[in-house]
Amino acid sequence: MGAGHAHKLYRHGHSPVHDLPPHCKLVAVLCFVVVVVSTPREAVWAFALYAALLAGVAATARIPAGFLLKRLVIEVPFVAFALLMPFVVPGEQTELLGVPVSVPGLWGAWNVLAKGTLGVGASVLLASTTELRSLLLGLQRLRLPPLLVQIASFMIRYGDVITDELRRMSIARRSRGFEARGVRHWGVLAKTMGALFIRSYERGERVHLAMVSRGYTGSMPVIDEVTASRTQWAYASVLPVLALAVCLLGWTV
Amino acid sequence: MSLPTAPAPSLEVSGLAYAYPDGHQALFGVDLTVARGERVAVLGPNGAGKTTLVLHLNGILDAGAGTVRVAGLPVEKRHLAEIRRRVGIVFQDPDDQLFMPTVREDVAFGPAAAGLRGAELEERVMTALKQVGMEAYATRPPHHLSFGQRRRVAVATVLAMEPEILVLDEPSSNLDPASRRELADILRSLDVTVLMVTHDLPYALELCPRAVILSDGVIAADDRTQDLLCDDELMREHRLELPFGFDPRSVVVPLT
Repeated sequence: MGAGHAHKLYRHGHSPVHDLPPHCKLVAVLCFVVVVVSTPREAVWAFALYAALLAGVAATARIPAGFLLKRLVIEVPFVAFALLMPFVVPGEQTELLGVPVSVPGLWGAWNVLAKGTLGVGASVLLASTTELRSLLLGLQRLRLPPLLVQIASFMIRYGDVITDELRRMSIARRSRGFEARGVRHWGVLAKTMGALFIRSYERGERVHLAMVSRGYTGSMPVIDEVTASRTQWAYASVLPVLALAVCLLGWTV
Repeated sequence: MSLPTAPAPSLEVSGLAYAYPDGHQALFGVDLTVARGERVAVLGPNGAGKTTLVLHLNGILDAGAGTVRVAGLPVEKRHLAEIRRRVGIVFQDPDDQLFMPTVREDVAFGPAAAGLRGAELEERVMTALKQVGMEAYATRPPHHLSFGQRRRVAVATVLAMEPEILVLDEPSSNLDPASRRELADILRSLDVTVLMVTHDLPYALELCPRAVILSDGVIAADDRTQDLLCDDELMREHRLELPFGFDPRSVVVPLT
């Protein structure tokens, strides 16, 4: 709980990828994902090339493969969904290891699996080479509504404070002999959540007061302006441009 | 009126009264003048209206009656931005005060909101952090600092606005003795008017030559801190109690 200096996804390091301005990386990942999604699913080789491209980025960023693969686990629910598709999608049937499966289902599963994995892979790479704080600065630079950026940065700042409050309440509960066992105690837990909400709400009011006292009038002052040179943009665009070339090949071949 | 050559007092509160929207009246005509460079303690039991008074100083609450002036400028809607720059309030819980992701950005918030940018802003931030001895922690997130360090950063966040008057709400609460002493050293080293709201009486005696007692929404006494603390009857009347074994008569208060 709040042990690390940065968030768990981030892997500290200095590499050309780490050093790119956050908004360049955000745009590059977004474009890459759009390109991947618009590739025809029959062009199986194209997806292999995409994976190779991501591996190239990971190598430049000096992120070990094991680190990336472990973080890909987040995808598991989607994989489960994809694995169901060959059995539930109607259409032409074929036999796989003696089990009847549907052909459109198989293609659908492959589609979800390949595109999903590539998208998650690109995002994991982004997260492991960019600190949360600079991600927010990047989003701010990309003109995401400032209110959303503010909400996100308050989440980072107060996440630990609120978890800590929850932990203290839980200790207080247990010190008075309460142990949550089964459905009968859900009421107590629900009241805890209610109390936590009220405490957080009141903290929000106090924080707002402190902000207003220091001249807040509705918009966050820009303290760190992130900028990118033309070279940095060009460097960041290597990934989506190469991917686009692969995609176009996939449509023509 | 003061002499025409003298600078306007840092804080001038006269006839300030306030009732909350629910009808509860917290202040009944408060008069208080704090000269430039003075350090004054506001003492009073819980519920005496101390926090309500503080929130009037920078216009968070609008006076029901009476006026507040900061270095001659009345606290009114059209001056709010300048008033909030001049009055630096350090709230009781540093977690409320430090809301930005890093110490540096937090200290920069006030001056940046006032329009400062670039190298000038950077310099202002580092100066403020040096004043409280926290310049080595500029890139840290506030929630990874100790409580005493957070309190010091909270002081820096308002110092960065170069305020006319520093208002501290219970500055010594939750601090261990070493942090208390460190904060006292910092406050003494600053060349700024200080208004300190507290019920930590030894701390008030240590830092503020003058004190006022706020009780039931009025200033009940205004005198040298040591004289107030030695007046047993007055203290009892306003529910102010000294810690066990503490005798204000035996303390030699350093001058200034």
